[in-house]
Amino acid sequence: MASAVHQVTPAEASADPQPEAVVVRFAGDSGDGMQLTGGQFTLSAALAGNDLATFPDFPAEIRAPQGTLFGVSAFQINFGSVSIETAGDAPDVLVAMNPAALKTNVGDLKPGGLIIADEGEFSKRNLDKARYPENPLDDGSLAKWQLLRLNISQLTMDAVKPFGLGNKEALRCKNMWTLGLALWMFDRDRQPLIDWLKAKFAKAPELAEANIAALNAGHAYGETAELGAQGVGQLHVPAAPVEPGLYRTVTGADAISMGLVAGAQLAGLKLFYGGYPITPASAILHHLARLKEFGVTTFQAEDEIAAIASALGASYAGSLGVTCSSGPGIALKTEAIGLAIMTELPLVIVNAQRGGPSTGLPTKTEQSDLYQAVYGRNGDAPVPVIATRSAADCFDCAIEAVRIATQYMTPVMLLTDGYLQNAAEPWKVPDMSGYTPFPVEFEARVPDEEEAFLPYARDAKLKRPWVKPGTPGLMHRVGGIEKAEGTGNLDYSPANHQAMTEIRRQKVAGIDVPDQVVEQGGPGGTLVVVGWGSTYGPITQAVRRARRQGLDVSHIHIRHIWPLPRNLGDLLRSFDHVLVPEMNTGQLKTVLRDQFLVDARPLNKVSGQPFRIHEIEAAIGAFFDGAPRNEGGTLSADDTQLPNPVAGHDDGSLRGKSSPQSA
Amino acid sequence: MNEITTIRPSSPKDWETDQEVRWCPGCGDYAILKAVQRTMPEIGGAPENTVFISGIGCSSRFPYYMETYGFHTIHGRAPAVATGVKLANPELDVWIVTGDGDGLSIGGNHTMHLLRRNLDCQILLFNNEIYGLTKGQYSPTSREGTRSPSTPFGSVDHPAKPCAFALGSGARFIARGIDVHKNLPSVLKAAHAHRGAAFVEIFQNCIVYNDDVFAPFTQKANAGNQLWLTDGEPMLFAGGTKGIALDVQALTLKVVDVVDGDASGILVHNVRNRALAHLLVEMPFGPFPMALGVIYDDPASTFEAAVMAQNAAASEGKPADLQKLVSKGQTWMVEKEPHAL
Repeated sequence: MASAVHQVTPAEASADPQPEAVVVRFAGDSGDGMQLTGGQFTLSAALAGNDLATFPDFPAEIRAPQGTLFGVSAFQINFGSVSIETAGDAPDVLVAMNPAALKTNVGDLKPGGLIIADEGEFSKRNLDKARYPENPLDDGSLAKWQLLRLNISQLTMDAVKPFGLGNKEALRCKNMWTLGLALWMFDRDRQPLIDWLKAKFAKAPELAEANIAALNAGHAYGETAELGAQGVGQLHVPAAPVEPGLYRTVTGADAISMGLVAGAQLAGLKLFYGGYPITPASAILHHLARLKEFGVTTFQAEDEIAAIASALGASYAGSLGVTCSSGPGIALKTEAIGLAIMTELPLVIVNAQRGGPSTGLPTKTEQSDLYQAVYGRNGDAPVPVIATRSAADCFDCAIEAVRIATQYMTPVMLLTDGYLQNAAEPWKVPDMSGYTPFPVEFEARVPDEEEAFLPYARDAKLKRPWVKPGTPGLMHRVGGIEKAEGTGNLDYSPANHQAMTEIRRQKVAGIDVPDQVVEQGGPGGTLVVVGWGSTYGPITQAVRRARRQGLDVSHIHIRHIWPLPRNLGDLLRSFDHVLVPEMNTGQLKTVLRDQFLVDARPLNKVSGQPFRIHEIEAAIGAFFDGAPRNEGGTLSADDTQLPNPVAGHDDGSLRGKSSPQSA
Repeated sequence: MNEITTIRPSSPKDWETDQEVRWCPGCGDYAILKAVQRTMPEIGGAPENTVFISGIGCSSRFPYYMETYGFHTIHGRAPAVATGVKLANPELDVWIVTGDGDGLSIGGNHTMHLLRRNLDCQILLFNNEIYGLTKGQYSPTSREGTRSPSTPFGSVDHPAKPCAFALGSGARFIARGIDVHKNLPSVLKAAHAHRGAAFVEIFQNCIVYNDDVFAPFTQKANAGNQLWLTDGEPMLFAGGTKGIALDVQALTLKVVDVVDGDASGILVHNVRNRALAHLLVEMPFGPFPMALGVIYDDPASTFEAAVMAQNAAASEGKPADLQKLVSKGQTWMVEKEPHAL
């Protein structure tokens, strides 16, 4: 079995023969329950104290035709005794439940890695569907990996026989058998999973028992079948050194939902969520719909426009309006965002980005809506933009979005992405008493007789008052037509529009955002890698490795995309070079060039897959070509390692390998 | 309660703003504005609890002229904004002002869903069968053959019928009024009294782009073509000389002459009869008079009440404990660092 993913130097590898981290990928048919298997395996790793990151990767179709290449669903987890920030580059272990899963995933497996294949599914028919002329389990084509072939289907059927299930239902327990074996391999406790199965199938105890039997059988198989003779042994991945405290796993969607609720509570507001189903944002609607005790009202609107319009109406009436969507839905909401800007009402808009344009790649990840967030409206229409970097970070970012929206009376765009929405990671449960409330004060003071109420009067932050309809004496009208300064009456006059445009710009530009910190290295130096959003993991690891190599490289990760932190320009100019890796064609890079006149260089990937660490490492290496310790080393400026969309080498895997899933 | 709550009596003047009204001279919107301002004191409305929400178009300037809370939103979206307002505060008296283009073309989807959900509000759809603010293009209610800048050879599409659309969408209150007619306040009062979505089509004359398009029944000389409906009363028009009867064989309506004031055989209006409402909103003008007043009024449970009830039931006995929320699910305790890095 291959060792760790962190194999930067031979010295490092030999210093610690025990694996620091292991990457396992479960792949099967979209009906095989791979996401559930991965999720439960994640929980077992979390309960064992490992740090971890996951990457669920599934097709857009709910039930793609069985056995086909495009119907493969995969779940990758990287877990270890060290700090883990990405789902891992190349798996150490691949569980392939059918030929299509093997074909679409084996190219990513590390040389020497372990394949566990269900040979019961390698029938002629399934081989044909996966376009294998010969059975790869027999023809030696898998020679560079370790192969463990088991008839998981048959073993599962045998295990669940006593429960009298039909063939189809019995085979559904395959994933539990596989999970049992995986739990044995990593010496994990089965009990939490058994408890979970009992709870899940409380109404069908025979299904619970069958699944538990399959799980136990898989585990027992590992123990008794002398897999050691085949080179497969148990592996102990110790707990990661993490801050003491209470932990749980969390996905980005969960963390955003809870963060929005927490933000509304800190602001002392009810939360109104207007949403319309869209992948991958719907999970937030689902989560919030169950939190009514926190003053949450969820409204599934007739379309994306009604979703945001209702949220804005709720804000007008004194609630915190929130809407979430993904790129195409955000596009539809654009006009209403403009109305929120014009009426200066608080609103939080979450964009769970996915591959675009148009419908694009609904279940794949991308960061290509940055321009849309910052610039994508008619008129001069500034909106604060915040980007989340990890599942756990989504919680604090959501609170920050609520803070800015209510403290400045403005819509706020919160950017997350498909990867963050679905990926789970351990989360140290926050102490809610540590968050300072920022209660909203509604305007209720009725002005004196000769004094008029001014709905567009402003405080030092240029914020206008928020009046709840129902407040006596403060009746006023708002709308999308240009407003006169102060009174808010219709006013098209040239000087007024000039002044109001400037006020709206200044209000957003003046938002108090924290100074930019440097994650690693700096300030000052040869190279800074500047990222935003979910590239945080791979950039962190790549910069860490490069720094261990002695390269003078730093990492800055921007949360506040708009307005940008005030010190950012000086920080960027303190480095000789600026590299901006993004899952788009260079959007933050352009903004940084525009705002600071720095020579920011892009590193772009738009394959629908997150960056791999080595891709960023290679790009860093290019800035240090010929530098000491970088001659032909791991960080060589080898451009064949870089993503090259022209050659189809866009997923960071071996050159020439085309992924049928992305074809 | 010993203390006497004094409801501040208001006059129509109290509902006027200091803003200069900017409709064209002679526009039917002025009459509607007056009618609404006259209605508000009569229904005992409180300006601070009243919200007028509009979309885009001539009619949608309406909120600026009402001394209430007002939201002039974006084209077609007033029903969606109103839904958020009402769900956030069900105590507010919500009025939506829209037009034939705003409410049936760009915003038709929202109008439909608001009606089927039955949000408690009044929808005043000013129908002038034309796009006024954009200078006279034909609208979804324009009759076939309407010549306009965008249809110089006449429009070819079949017009939408606002009340038929509303009824088909599930509306529980349908009424019609005329901008300048003295009955308009009573129609508005009935709409306000109805708990749920109340849909009122108001025939509004656009003096610039579609003048007199409704003259065949709105002009004084043509008042005989107005069928004013009253619950429990026979459907008489033309000064009581004609009435509406049911053609039982064809299952349609028919116009019959009333001889010597004998109204036997004339249909008696029943505002709770949905089948009758369908017949009335589809009744073609020309062979038939224009059905006006309250066509249908049969209240059902409202959307915001159902949402509030469900919110309350789902929250029952569950304290809003944030700490508990973030600590949910399977958790584990890390006591101390297992080993140093």
